[in-house]
Amino acid sequence: MSPIVLLRNRRVRELAYQVICVAAVVAIGWYLLSNALANLAKQDIATGFGYLGREAGFVISETPIAYEPSDSYARALLVGLLNTVKVALLAIVFSTVIGTLVGITRLSTNPLLSRLMLFYVEALRNVPLLLYLFLWYSVIIFTLPPVRQAITLLPGVYVSNSGLVVPAIIWNSGFWVAAAAVVVGIAAAFVWFRVVRRRRIATGRALPGWPVAIVLLVFPVIAAALLFDISGEVDWPVLGKFRLTGGAHLKPEFVALLVGLTLSASASVAEIVRSGILAIRKGQREAAKSLGLSDGQAMRLVILPQALRVIVPPLTNVYVTTFKNSSLAIAIGYPDLVMVSNTIMNQTGQAIEPIALFMLTYLVLSLVTSAVMNWYNGHVALKERQS
Amino acid sequence: MSEQSTMVSNELASPDRPGGGLRGYFGTVGNSAVTLVCLAVFLLVAKAAISWLLVNAVFTGTPEDCKVASGACWPYLADKLRYMLFGIYPFDEQWRPLTATLLFIAAMAVSGIPRLWGRPLIAGWIVLLPLLFLLMAGGVFGLTSVPTSQWGGLPLSFMLTFVGLVLALPLGILLALARLSNLPAIRILAITFIELVRGVPLISILFMASVMLPLFMPEGVTIDKLLRAQVAIILFAAAYIAEIVRAGLQALPRGQTEAAQALGLHYWQYTFLVIIPQALKTVIPPLVSLFIGFFQDTTLVTIVGLLDFLNTVRTALRDPNWQGIAVLEGYLFAAVVYFVFSAMMGAYSRFLEKRFRVGHD
Repeated sequence: MSPIVLLRNRRVRELAYQVICVAAVVAIGWYLLSNALANLAKQDIATGFGYLGREAGFVISETPIAYEPSDSYARALLVGLLNTVKVALLAIVFSTVIGTLVGITRLSTNPLLSRLMLFYVEALRNVPLLLYLFLWYSVIIFTLPPVRQAITLLPGVYVSNSGLVVPAIIWNSGFWVAAAAVVVGIAAAFVWFRVVRRRRIATGRALPGWPVAIVLLVFPVIAAALLFDISGEVDWPVLGKFRLTGGAHLKPEFVALLVGLTLSASASVAEIVRSGILAIRKGQREAAKSLGLSDGQAMRLVILPQALRVIVPPLTNVYVTTFKNSSLAIAIGYPDLVMVSNTIMNQTGQAIEPIALFMLTYLVLSLVTSAVMNWYNGHVALKERQS
Repeated sequence: MSEQSTMVSNELASPDRPGGGLRGYFGTVGNSAVTLVCLAVFLLVAKAAISWLLVNAVFTGTPEDCKVASGACWPYLADKLRYMLFGIYPFDEQWRPLTATLLFIAAMAVSGIPRLWGRPLIAGWIVLLPLLFLLMAGGVFGLTSVPTSQWGGLPLSFMLTFVGLVLALPLGILLALARLSNLPAIRILAITFIELVRGVPLISILFMASVMLPLFMPEGVTIDKLLRAQVAIILFAAAYIAEIVRAGLQALPRGQTEAAQALGLHYWQYTFLVIIPQALKTVIPPLVSLFIGFFQDTTLVTIVGLLDFLNTVRTALRDPNWQGIAVLEGYLFAAVVYFVFSAMMGAYSRFLEKRFRVGHD
């Protein structure tokens, strides 16, 4: 058969398209790679991940785990990753709380309140996050007073142009026992609420929920305190003549990044919560009210659980975006994964490996966030009848 | 969307408070308290803003005057305005970026009128864009040549956004088609590209373009720094556009494809004559939203050292005459500029949404 006739066959044509496409991608990839290898060899730059084991030799201003410049590049990257996760997780928690409140108040029947919230959301959504980061950073650095005249926000919480100082808890011993006791308490209370719920659905009778839960929460902690040697103290910051001593010091870079990420994400969360609530038919609310539930009860027991189905999938996007946005840290000098990678690129001259590594890390972070949220979504999603 | 929300909140509220007017503010004791608290907050903010912007501000004078005053420093804005808007573009030639920006904004405004959508408009843009480019770059018609390394400020931000999205659109459409293709190899390539790009931050792609791309080029070939960032933005935008277009394609009833096939059209014919025009029409509002997002995201080129609007504002702070004196004025000015453009586009997006909703009912 001549090739022309073969091309009339659809299967052959489809196969040909695919082969051409893949071949083109492979050819371009091979061309770029061979260029890169030639360039690297010429500039005498090493390839591979051997650099990870070498001594980093640079200081990182914020270290959640012990780190010295004499540690390896791998450990420096781990510090950067932990910084990324720390700031992004905190921003996610704060923005969810703030955003939910703003989203609900956006629907308030009081026009003044809902307009105020509309302004909050619009002001945050229409100005780039990076600009806000620069702005918050400048506000902290240039407009706040020096440490000597630090402003007392709350008792023990000071702000100044070198950041935020908050009380810290210093554990002398038994930190893990105490932490385990708290976790056990929360788990026990959680299980108790499930039991109460099951019982109520099965028998219609309500068992005491909160009183028992509080006992369950407190008991493990007391037991742990009695049985084990747990000692710690609250380290209150003290404003001295020249500086603040004690407490935990949050640096301006961290505070600016956390504030920027939180506010930006909270505006997105607010819009999602608002549209989620609007998606619930008003009959649901009317039915809840006619059953004698108060406004708050109707919102908490009837509207929000249903709205969650609409809210959770886009919320996942906001969380993933928050992780990705935390990479803007480099602009104001917070040592996150990207900034540490950037330093490594400058020191070693290797660009491909560090960039590939942090891109891979962000992909994994995105996937993990999506997986967790999908699992949660499965819980709140509409349970259809099983056939 | 705001129209919809006020409508619904009024509906929600109607059983509790018939009528309207001041009842919304002072219906119940609780509501009155809320109103008073809101008013107090509003007045406090307004008072602070007025005293900073006007009462305590310095309108004319030297950096020394600003240093002692507690309010805004307007002379700083006046002094640095041209640098913030046009960066290091040669001072005497700055009428060129100004003209280009004004022409561009005017063309955008005209293009926003749905009645004018059609071939002549596209032809107009195809003529206009090279003209704007020539106006900026010079070298012809007796204009002095200005290399792209001296471009900056607001025109650069507009260019990165607009050129980025216009060139990303065809690429995004192809990616969306590839993702829905029934040819497995093509589908897998498209999914890999789209998910890879969407899974990583824009900054990492800009890093790739600015640090890695030169390594991948054959020896002796150097690509302009601005072009590299522009390519990064195009690739990034294409992945996001692909997902939006895919939603539009999937929302289209199968009957359209089947009818076109029954008429004897082959793949490329029915895709570009029947499917894509309908799919694109439904996704115009999310595309406009994406445009707003990208207008803000182009600020990230600041991090790889391009002098976009945000970066000119930032570097204007380093002027030794003004150092440490006007630290917030520049950012607040930039925030207002971004806010105005984004809010206008947002309002336009809502207008389109309403228009298309009416069209479908």
